[in-house]
Amino acid sequence: MIPAAFEYQRVGTADEALALLVEHGDEAKLLAGGMSLLPLMKLRLSTPTVVVDVGRVTDLSYIRDEGDHLAVGALTRHRDLETSDLLARECAVLRAVAGQVGDNQVRHRGTIGGSVAHGDPASDLPAALLALDARFVVRGPEGERIVGAADFFLGFLETALGADEMLVEIRVPRAGASGFGFEKINRRAQDYAIVGAVAARVAGGIRVGLVNMGSTPVRAHAVEHALEQGASIEAAAREAAVGLDPPGDLNASPEYRAHLAQVAVHRALASV
Amino acid sequence: MPFVQVRITVNGSEQAHAVEPRTLLVQFLREACGLTGTKVGCDTSSCGACTVLVDGESVKSCTMLAAQADGAAVTTIEGLAAADGTLHPVQQAFHEHHGLQCGYCTAGMVMATVSLLDEIPDPSEDDVRLGLEGNLCRCTGYHNIVASVLAAARARS
Repeated sequence: MIPAAFEYQRVGTADEALALLVEHGDEAKLLAGGMSLLPLMKLRLSTPTVVVDVGRVTDLSYIRDEGDHLAVGALTRHRDLETSDLLARECAVLRAVAGQVGDNQVRHRGTIGGSVAHGDPASDLPAALLALDARFVVRGPEGERIVGAADFFLGFLETALGADEMLVEIRVPRAGASGFGFEKINRRAQDYAIVGAVAARVAGGIRVGLVNMGSTPVRAHAVEHALEQGASIEAAAREAAVGLDPPGDLNASPEYRAHLAQVAVHRALASV
Repeated sequence: MPFVQVRITVNGSEQAHAVEPRTLLVQFLREACGLTGTKVGCDTSSCGACTVLVDGESVKSCTMLAAQADGAAVTTIEGLAAADGTLHPVQQAFHEHHGLQCGYCTAGMVMATVSLLDEIPDPSEDDVRLGLEGNLCRCTGYHNIVASVLAAARARS
């Protein structure tokens, strides 16, 4: 399978990328690691006429301690997240989730910013970042704005990013070296999760994000609320699918996904 | 669409070709460079048959543009053995432990193993099974592949 023809532009800075986005608008797509975009292009589900390769914007590859939060450059690869000593100490949940994205080959290429900007509800990192209440730094022609994770994922493969904007940084809270659980239920090791659950203790409370339980990554608010009210892990996990509208596909019916969500949340909470 | 000039050091030799921007790295290797050891299996970045090393790390060459590898060093299965034909320790281990049946996945398995052992020099069996999750074999049941990887790790240490 070969992508439809396109014009290729490689840039060295985010500002060069933004200039091309302003020039080409909806016709252009940013290419980072390509682990999400290239498969879509090969299936001709995405047919940009201009591909802007930001893979060498190396100044957007970093994990920094910024005091009250950690700052992760959008072009930081999953491999760099899963081997980060800083994350092991200060946000081990993000490290662990990144280490289960795809397989080694995917993690050598894929980036956190690419995963977030793609907005796939079946991806692991968006659900984890939603649970962490991450903030996304978005740069556009008018400057930068910060969008909270709860306001970022708008629909299936749809985010708050404008056609002339680029995600440049992800800010996550300190969540410590432990106190989390990540449960991914799938048929084969490297597959996307049929359902996944991320639970993390952040700022005294337990937050839960779900993978593949809606058209966007979602928070299991009912579970979080039950835990706040003093419910047991077992009782809280039974609330996993409350208020959600999980998709049905070849792998699972909506009803089965609702069941799996309870199982995944229970296991994730047991690890917190 | 204008062609792009792509210059990649493949197995130590410079390969410069003008290609369509949509050319995948695996096409560049097989068609422009004539190196057909790298196989296309699923063509959807699932099976790992097309795994090569880009700057020393395993990647699936069906899901990378040749243009993205411009300036990089790529190693394919043809680049592992020494000039005198002596097999790379991973190739030797796959040979000795018969880590294959039909052989179609083998080049990708070997390249993924080279990268894995670079990152985890002394892996457990679990490390091997998890580390090769991106490579599918439809013949062997993986038993001899895992044995080969563990033997290669021992041979290198």
